[in-house]
Amino acid sequence: MSNGKSILVDVSRCTGCRGCQVACKQWNNLPATKTIQTGTYQNPPDLNGETYKIVRFAEGRGEDQKPYWNFLSDMCRHCVNPPCIAASNDGDSMIHDEATGAIIYTPKTAEDDYEMALEICPYKIPRKNEKTGALTKCTMCFDRITNGLIPACVLSCPTDAMRFGDRDEILKEVERRVTELKKTYPKAKAIDAADVRVIYILTDDPDKYGEYVQA
Amino acid sequence: MTNHWIDIQHSDCILIQGSNAAENHPISFKWVLRAKDRGATVIHVDPRFTRTSARSSMHAYLRCGTDIAFLGGMINYIISNDLYYKDWVVKYTNATSLIHPDFGFSDGLFSGFDDKNKKYDKTSWAFQKDDEGKVKQDTTLADPNCVFQHLKKHYSRYDLKKVSSITGTPEEDLVKVYSTFGATGKADKAGTIMYALGQCHHTVAVQNIRTFGIIQLLLGNVGICGGGINALRGEPNVQGSTDHALLYHYMPGYLPAPTVEQPTLEDYMKRVIKTTKNEQSINWGGNNGKYAASLMRAFYPNGGTKENGFGYEFFPKLDAGQEASVMTMIDEMYKGTVKGLFCVGQNPCCSLPNSNKVRAAMQKLKWMVHVNIFDNESASFWKGPGIDTSKQGTECFLLPATASVEKEGSQANSGRWMQWKYAAGKAPGDAISTGDIVWRIMTKLKELYKEGGTFPDPILAANTDFADEKGNFNAEKVAKIINGYFVEDTTIGDVTYKKGECVPGFALLQDDGKTACGNWICSGSFTRDGQNLMRRRNNKTDPTGLGLYPEWSYSWPMNRRIVYNRASVDEYGKPLNPKRPLLEWKDGKWVGDVADGAAPPLAEKGGKLPFIMQAEGLGALFGPGLKEGPFSEHYEPLEGPFEKNIMSGQRISPVIKHYNSDMDKVANASAEFPYPMTTYSCTEHWCTGAFTRWQPWLVEAQPQAYVEISEDLAKEKGIANGEKVRVRSARGSLEAVAMVTVRLKPFTCGGKTVHQVGMTYNYGWLFPKDCGDSANLLTPTVGDANSMTPEYKAFMVTVEKLKA
Repeated sequence: MSNGKSILVDVSRCTGCRGCQVACKQWNNLPATKTIQTGTYQNPPDLNGETYKIVRFAEGRGEDQKPYWNFLSDMCRHCVNPPCIAASNDGDSMIHDEATGAIIYTPKTAEDDYEMALEICPYKIPRKNEKTGALTKCTMCFDRITNGLIPACVLSCPTDAMRFGDRDEILKEVERRVTELKKTYPKAKAIDAADVRVIYILTDDPDKYGEYVQA
Repeated sequence: MTNHWIDIQHSDCILIQGSNAAENHPISFKWVLRAKDRGATVIHVDPRFTRTSARSSMHAYLRCGTDIAFLGGMINYIISNDLYYKDWVVKYTNATSLIHPDFGFSDGLFSGFDDKNKKYDKTSWAFQKDDEGKVKQDTTLADPNCVFQHLKKHYSRYDLKKVSSITGTPEEDLVKVYSTFGATGKADKAGTIMYALGQCHHTVAVQNIRTFGIIQLLLGNVGICGGGINALRGEPNVQGSTDHALLYHYMPGYLPAPTVEQPTLEDYMKRVIKTTKNEQSINWGGNNGKYAASLMRAFYPNGGTKENGFGYEFFPKLDAGQEASVMTMIDEMYKGTVKGLFCVGQNPCCSLPNSNKVRAAMQKLKWMVHVNIFDNESASFWKGPGIDTSKQGTECFLLPATASVEKEGSQANSGRWMQWKYAAGKAPGDAISTGDIVWRIMTKLKELYKEGGTFPDPILAANTDFADEKGNFNAEKVAKIINGYFVEDTTIGDVTYKKGECVPGFALLQDDGKTACGNWICSGSFTRDGQNLMRRRNNKTDPTGLGLYPEWSYSWPMNRRIVYNRASVDEYGKPLNPKRPLLEWKDGKWVGDVADGAAPPLAEKGGKLPFIMQAEGLGALFGPGLKEGPFSEHYEPLEGPFEKNIMSGQRISPVIKHYNSDMDKVANASAEFPYPMTTYSCTEHWCTGAFTRWQPWLVEAQPQAYVEISEDLAKEKGIANGEKVRVRSARGSLEAVAMVTVRLKPFTCGGKTVHQVGMTYNYGWLFPKDCGDSANLLTPTVGDANSMTPEYKAFMVTVEKLKA
């Protein structure tokens, strides 16, 4: 039996180019958010009702006092046992697709408790679309992956930092890559790999990438 | 690039200096990271810690405009620690050649400087020759007049302490970079250098890159898999446009632009045909006459005769010593000399230095034709900030052009791969390709000149045979002319080529008018029967296993994927690095990449040296062709933080051109402008943003102009992150959002603290309304003495809080 799909995000290969952020908007036909420059490359400043994916930019000084600049292409993790479904209206406003494992919010989520959905998500992903009232987030490009295509963000990545495939294969690759990276980055690890379908491999402490990176 | 994108993965050590490759050439990092997977060390040297630094193994800071000092220190380190690849250096470079005994260097100047005319008499930079005219050699490298001894002496002045005090790089970081990259000077190691506009946009641009050349020649890193000097060229088809003479001082194929000093083709040929007495040198430049004659044949098929040099006498020529760069063009426009402008696919009011001067100059035009896909600050200069439109007398025409994806044609990537593309979609409205626009204008001109006019001959003789049978402009037809064709039936050896057949390679071009060729380096991109090799898309065939993919597109010259590849083998033709054998002499022929010339390896009968584009066949550690000197030397930028150059009494390059208009103010070592500024582009925008600022998803990611400053400077000036500030130079000022970051840091240079700042040049006043304006309002009108590329990367500014 198939174990569904997964996405690997290897941050050691991410250059923060934001091709994925733009590809997400393009495929999902989402409007641009009106932003201003606030002193960071991270823009839009956070996920919102019309932004399912952003690259988070986190900078600081490491133990050696040299700067670091970490990039994290943030998106719904498509949990193996999604807690957000508990917030769903009658259990059918959010769909957990059996074949792929993708979690999809339908327009019916307009009736759902947004505060609760956000509260219950360890990664603080769901957002409310101000115009429709529906809850929004990444769909794992459900319309693409059920038609033989890979997610738009994965396709756009110039450095192979993102990979999409059968979960069993991805889990194997996660293990291989973490072992390899540990030689250079002793702190390298996969985040919540057993519980999520979008698995990040980090090379430094999770708090050096953002606030809700790890459950 | 000497090599190509895919080849970067084979490198053991990648030095990225003068480039933000991860941001500005994102795809390059696919290959950089593959090299890293294989254990390569990636070094980034840059005034800022960027997205490139974040993915590199190490990053070293340097003050903008001090690359030669940094790299000069590396040359010194390589030589004094015996890290150079001695056998290779002796065999394949001019290290052994003897220089004129009068050659010397003193206090920042090489011998022969003419202070009055600010140029060099190069007599003492010549090689010593024997009675047969051959360059004298000393293979022991001991002769004090040999190149190696001069090189050693020249760069011994770049000790760690001095370099560090110029660049601001801590000595331990210098040693780390030098020793890591210096470790590639072995047969089984390859080090590559990636650079971009961070090297080109300086008053010492060409010498920056020369210094890379010296390092790579000392380490034997040229002509090999995983090595080379790789200029990263980008989406605007920079490689292709340079190949096709975008710059004023070239004709297509890097043939120098003729001047009035060569009134006839014969005179021109005397200038460009290179000669040598070294029978081991292929001296490819000996063929330049054939390329020039064929070029004229392609330009003037209708009226070019043997008597007028196949049309050479029609061809416009520079005045003797004339410098006709864009900066000078703007200067002349500002003076009122230039009255009309065709501006094609450019946004000079934002992209050229000292934009206030450019914008003032544009207002003096009588007419302007602008060809572009969107409106921009240049097409609409007449309604720019501070301009009274009602008083504008310039008549402006805007011709809508197709975007690159809306037209068929070739695009040359950084690795010299000419790739043919189809039109992906139909252009909107009346937009047509730039080629079509130029062709229609030229065709109309011909019609008008047929009715009469001053000296109509060159116009009527010019080639406009670019239409297909339906009468439409046809890019492939132009490409065939560029490739070259036989003008009449021609027998070469025992093969007879029919009139009209494509010339299947530049070795067959003739100087007697029998061949026409629009650009010799592209010759071979069509087969004899007209098959377009640029269309090839075979990504399976890879005989060497090194990712050369010889049946994917066409790589000039002659589908060679790595130039100077004969330097990767020993004198018997055996690969020096058996792990990555690029080329091998087997059973009397070359196997692997397309060899640089068919001649056998050095030890065989008729064997030749690898550096075929050099007259003597040797890699030029000593390069007398440039204006500043045969070796590189550190000079400060036109505007810097110091009154003196730590290296010598010569503060700035002695041979650069100075502009003296009332809008060309310069402020060196000024208390008013204390911060060195460097400018750059971000991933999200393209050049001046003229295309990308209309794209909402990109604007949301990078909405407004920002200036990056260190936490220390922010503290000193009381500036908060995200606060709008004023950035001002001697020439202009603008508002930008302060980005206070740990990624920039102050330098300790020349005994004082120097605050480096930086900003992008991706913005302009036209759109979006609140995005800011061009960083080029700040930059000075000055450029490199050889290429006239402007100094965008090092000048002085101040950053101020806005008045409440």
